[in-house]
Amino acid sequence: MDFKNILNQLNIISQCKKHSLPLWQCPQFLFLIMGIIIIGSTLITYAIGTNYIEEPELVALIAILITLILFVIAVIITRSFESLAEVSRMKSEFINIVSHQLRSPLSNLKWTIELLMSGRLGKIEEDQIEYFRILKENSGRMEGLVSDLLIVSRIETAVLPLKKEETSLENLINKLISEFQPFVKASNVEIEFKGQKDLPKILTDPFQIHLVIENLLDNATRYIKSGGKVKMLLEKRAKNLYFEIEDNGVGIPKEDQKYIFQKFFRSGNILRYQTQGSGLGLYISKAIIKRLGGKVGFKSKEGEGSVFYFTLPIE
Amino acid sequence: MKKILFIEDESALQKTLGEILKQEGYEVISALDGEAGLRLADPPADGKKPDLILLDLILPKVHGLDVLKKLKEDEETKKIPVIVLTNLEEIKDIDKAIELGATTYLVKAQYSLEEVTEKIKKALGE
Repeated sequence: MDFKNILNQLNIISQCKKHSLPLWQCPQFLFLIMGIIIIGSTLITYAIGTNYIEEPELVALIAILITLILFVIAVIITRSFESLAEVSRMKSEFINIVSHQLRSPLSNLKWTIELLMSGRLGKIEEDQIEYFRILKENSGRMEGLVSDLLIVSRIETAVLPLKKEETSLENLINKLISEFQPFVKASNVEIEFKGQKDLPKILTDPFQIHLVIENLLDNATRYIKSGGKVKMLLEKRAKNLYFEIEDNGVGIPKEDQKYIFQKFFRSGNILRYQTQGSGLGLYISKAIIKRLGGKVGFKSKEGEGSVFYFTLPIE
Repeated sequence: MKKILFIEDESALQKTLGEILKQEGYEVISALDGEAGLRLADPPADGKKPDLILLDLILPKVHGLDVLKKLKEDEETKKIPVIVLTNLEEIKDIDKAIELGATTYLVKAQYSLEEVTEKIKKALGE
């Protein structure tokens, strides 16, 4: 191991950054703190010992023994933190690499299907269109899952970057509603949106907020019977913007409600309706809102519907 | 006829996007790695320089960001607009590419083929 490598190993801040951990969870930093505690304990033991014990050799022996015990404890603790940190880093790196490696063939698939469906290479037969649509939808589902996995990996390594700009939530919601029109028309679901007048713009990441509202709207419109209604509300409440989305869909069973924001969790009653969905949407939504300084919550009754809401600070 | 240099190692993308761009009336030159990309960007005296370069980042032989750096350092190629077309979407990659002089940074997963084609046409002033 050359000199540069040794110096690098001793640079605690860069080693901690490698694990993407806060200082207090970083094994190297913890080892340094334990070292200071050990030295302090040794000196205190010696100082106290010399006051009460006559034989200096006995005092020294006790001090060395205590030092050794503390040192062993320190090594065990920091080694286990190191293993945990390394496992976490490897898991996130694995997800990142796999997601990027999966994205290449998925992009190839997506664009090839688009080219075929565009008619630029010749007319597609009527009876072939439906199958191309199936290809397009499923490659889209895979892409969505890979994107979700990438976001989750970034949330867990705390590197999901925020690109804040002045955003009109009302405009964002209206845009989403028009994007959902084909789907809701086909499912015979009505969407109603009440936005308070003269709402202020907020400094937030529009791409990430778009993800959150899109996810909530997707859940509300997907798990709903034909003729269902989705009502959205956006208003100012004290120093926050309050957003609420209510549906009269299948609702969430009481026993599942405490798990609803967990990764990969999908409630038993919606699995009966369909199998699409990664189970990551609400986990990602909650993490994003939390990072943006807001709160997220819900109320739900099985068979009657759900209300999901979040707040975001205006300043 | 405007010339586009497409530096991308995925032959499927060369075929699909290349096909659309040819149908739109462009001459498309393919490079499957960074080294070939640099060579084709500055052709010999009688060759026409590209009017636009589409550049992937994960490339064999020379990484896309290094290709971009060299393109912008070379007097012969620094004025050619470069659109980065990749699936990398880390902020650090985006910032680095823009800092090195990329005109636009497009994440493939976020755009349809038609949307990318429109952006290319816009970059060529059409």
